[in-house]
Amino acid sequence: MIETNGHILTVNDLRTYFQTEDGVVKAVDGITFTLAKGETLGIVGESGSGKSVTNLSIMRLIPEPPGKIVSGDIIFDGIDVRKLSIDDVRSIRGKRIAMIFQDPMTSLNPFLKISTQLMEVTELHLGHTKAQAHRHAVKMLETVGIPDAANRVNSYPHEFSGGMRQRVMIAMALSCDPELLIADEPTTALDVTIQAQILELIKDLKARMGTSVILITHDLGVVAGMTDKIIVMYAGKVFEQAPTRELFATPANPYTKGLLKSVPDPAHEEGTELYQIPGLPPDVAHLPPGCPFSPRCERAEDVCHREFPPFVQINENHWSLCHFAKEVYAESVRERAAANLSETQIESHPLA
Amino acid sequence: MNENGNTLISLRNLQVHYDLGGGTLVDRITGGSRVRRVVKAVDGVNLDIKRGETLGLVGESGCGKSTLGKAILRLTEPTGGQVFYGGKDLAHASSGEMREQRKNLQMIFQDPYASLNPRMTVGQIIAEPIRTFNLSNGGNVEAKVQDLMETVGLNRRFTKRYPHEFSGGQRQRIGIARALAVDPEFIVADEPISALDVSIQAQIMNLMERLQREKNLTYLFISHDLRAIRHVADRVAVMYLGKIVELGDAKTVYAEPLMPYTKALISAVPIPDPEIEAKRERITLKGDVPSPINPPSGCHFNTRCRYAIEDCRRIDPALVEIKPKHYAACIRISPERPHIDENDAAGLGAIGEGIPETEKRS
Amino acid sequence: MEQQQEVVKGASLWRDAWKRLLKNKLAVFGLAVMIIMVVAVTVGPAIIRWTTGYTYDFIPPDGDLIKSFPPSLQHPMGTDDSGRDILARVLQGGRISLMVGVISTLVSLVVGVSYGATAGYLGGKIDNFMMRVVDIIYAIPYILLVIVLLSAFGGQNAPGWIQSISGALGSGQGLSQIILLFFALGLVSWLTMARVVRGQILSLKNQEFVMAARATGVSTPAIIFRHLVPNALGPVIVYATLTIPSVMLSEAFLSFLGIGVQAPFASWGSLAADGIKNISVFPWQLIFPGVTMALTLFSLNFLGDGLRDALDPQTRKF
Repeated sequence: MIETNGHILTVNDLRTYFQTEDGVVKAVDGITFTLAKGETLGIVGESGSGKSVTNLSIMRLIPEPPGKIVSGDIIFDGIDVRKLSIDDVRSIRGKRIAMIFQDPMTSLNPFLKISTQLMEVTELHLGHTKAQAHRHAVKMLETVGIPDAANRVNSYPHEFSGGMRQRVMIAMALSCDPELLIADEPTTALDVTIQAQILELIKDLKARMGTSVILITHDLGVVAGMTDKIIVMYAGKVFEQAPTRELFATPANPYTKGLLKSVPDPAHEEGTELYQIPGLPPDVAHLPPGCPFSPRCERAEDVCHREFPPFVQINENHWSLCHFAKEVYAESVRERAAANLSETQIESHPLA
Repeated sequence: MNENGNTLISLRNLQVHYDLGGGTLVDRITGGSRVRRVVKAVDGVNLDIKRGETLGLVGESGCGKSTLGKAILRLTEPTGGQVFYGGKDLAHASSGEMREQRKNLQMIFQDPYASLNPRMTVGQIIAEPIRTFNLSNGGNVEAKVQDLMETVGLNRRFTKRYPHEFSGGQRQRIGIARALAVDPEFIVADEPISALDVSIQAQIMNLMERLQREKNLTYLFISHDLRAIRHVADRVAVMYLGKIVELGDAKTVYAEPLMPYTKALISAVPIPDPEIEAKRERITLKGDVPSPINPPSGCHFNTRCRYAIEDCRRIDPALVEIKPKHYAACIRISPERPHIDENDAAGLGAIGEGIPETEKRS
Repeated sequence: MEQQQEVVKGASLWRDAWKRLLKNKLAVFGLAVMIIMVVAVTVGPAIIRWTTGYTYDFIPPDGDLIKSFPPSLQHPMGTDDSGRDILARVLQGGRISLMVGVISTLVSLVVGVSYGATAGYLGGKIDNFMMRVVDIIYAIPYILLVIVLLSAFGGQNAPGWIQSISGALGSGQGLSQIILLFFALGLVSWLTMARVVRGQILSLKNQEFVMAARATGVSTPAIIFRHLVPNALGPVIVYATLTIPSVMLSEAFLSFLGIGVQAPFASWGSLAADGIKNISVFPWQLIFPGVTMALTLFSLNFLGDGLRDALDPQTRKF
């Protein structure tokens, strides 16, 4: 048993590389975080940033080859996941760590009834009998708000809509009362009104069951209302890590700042052109020397193109990967102070 | 809706219905198909698109917004109604006439990976519309293609490259260049940014806005992303199950939505600001969008609406000008009493206009 | 100033596929064997005739009782019952076997692609009717059909036009049987090709780039030939490569049964049929034609699999 300090999950300097035709792709290159019990962590990034690979690494679901966890520790509740045999990992997966995927259309087996798929999990992990498992399945469907659960449990996946299927996936994920729930883009394939329902459901279940959650998404709007702290990833690296409010209020990394500014926000614009991050998303197989964001960064200087930036600690819980992290942070604090003069803005937000 | 000289395209009672045939197999064999299953993807849309504006069209998946865009360009055949453009009815134009009109009406597609022919070079893709209409000849085509690539922010030397050598955002720029190749007046942009990364979405939106200013384009911008629509659109039309349920100036619709569905839709948008997220109250809709096959009678939204009364299940609401230039389809509001919450509290029933379902059938 | 800059050349999907194919060792092996085989059967018989004087139908005049000799320097694969050089016969037989494969596949390509593309593009009732016709032909056991065709029109009963073709080529009845075989096998092997092509066209015609072409006013023939056909070609090539060995196998089977290629002509199938009679005494009569044919079939299958991997767009995605 390893000392946990009340943390359900500790990831330390995790590196996952892929061997491809183009050479070694460092999909995740040094990510460190801790997650306390009942806490929600958001991992934000664009495609190819390594956010999904991080989550697959924690679950030991990286296809080997071509992928490989090269180094780092993954400590889940005092257990070093990397040292476990694959059988032991299986006994944790689905039972103590559960996952929800992006596409509810493909993550359910279309040939099996919902009941069969739900019962399978608890029969395997909790040793339920058929009757127990069936009762439990109905209860879980009720928990996630599926009307007429007792009858609908015997339906097939195609008889459910996208939102309902995602509810079923959540029911399945939560049916063993896991300590950690990893949601990988859980609402990306859904409509806004359904997205709101699902996010509300996850929030509500988290409060009731005390589950810790890792929420992986590209949508800053989704993490804003859901998480306690956020990791921003770019090209496999952690670019910024901070408590949610602090990250949004005073970002210390030019990439985070650019990302926040480039989302159209009805409150902070009036007919102006949208801020855009120039350039192209990074080609992870061929990263430039120095800072991977430097070709797109507005304030990049010579040193940025030459040297890999340091991971600067701004305060106790706030880090930023940038040569000028302190300056960017100071700038954000100044901007924030200026904006706070019109604090009433929040009250009069057109969407609030 | 008031007509004025500024209107570029007018849709009058536009319909796209798909007939799925009779109900069961037995019905079909015996010929006694009592239930004809018809998908009313677009069900009687009236809409004027003004010259030089961006009209945003929002709605959830399956509401018919894409079908509407394609029906205007006759990429999906309308089954009823008219599309007026330059005094002609496109919906009933011959295929030769329609081909001629495609010079003026273009489209930008959602999927930057599927919308470019993988076997053609970028130069060939952009040149295809120019050659089709003989707009330039010989070496001029190549020069024009290179100019177009520069216009959309691509390196002009890349004409001999293939689509797979570009990233998603660059491919979307190629798609835009192809649409611009014929110097169109009107462009239907069908979810042009939803398949792109966040940092690239802003680039494409800005590009489209710049091109609109430079070339005096008119856009129908179709998207499910309300934040993006709010940013790019001058006016917004909200669609639900084949019908327009609210229409108005973008800022007004977002600030003071009238129709309950629009209210819920706007309140569901996550805002990238934790302070606001913590304070705001969400209207969470129950249930899913009903199937467009045999949708609910009366107001299609009544099954999910918390203000629904008995009359809502009976009366098909008309799109009425509730406030100046702000239209909504709901029988529980009227120009005199535009606030549904107040009307609900006052216990008012159906006060707005609607077409009784019985009359409509006949 | 920028106009002077050189245009950057791109890598087409075909070139990418070719590169991927060259990385696949088995496919390269298959390709090499096929090239060698084609060269050998084209120029081989002439070289043998020129160096040793043997041809596929040369029967030595001396009256030995046992004329089948084991492999020797003079006859690398030995000789058969009548004393004919087996190497010469294998090479000559290879000509026929490969030609049956290639020509029948070409027939199936022409018929299958045009039929499938028409059905797929037109869609609706016409598609329905055309594909039901295919289904009906499918339901007839095809080997039986070929046997019926060959025995009804083979030999003396060959239709006039086939006799006139073989007459023009300067040879008699044996050749008209072979030409009939080409057509018979080709006419039954297009069915699957038609289905493959139709499926491709059906999925392609709903792709956004086809809609984009329609939106820019491109005419229907241009859509078919510029947008649909080049994109459907990949699976068609793969399927055609895999059709060749399967047709060759059918030919061998028919010849083995004695209704395909007949003496003095030879194919790998008929050579194997001759050889099996004496397997315990003169094993080389079966081994050499058999091994050559197996090697060819393996190579074609490796090549087909390699092409499928190389042309499959799925492998493009990281």
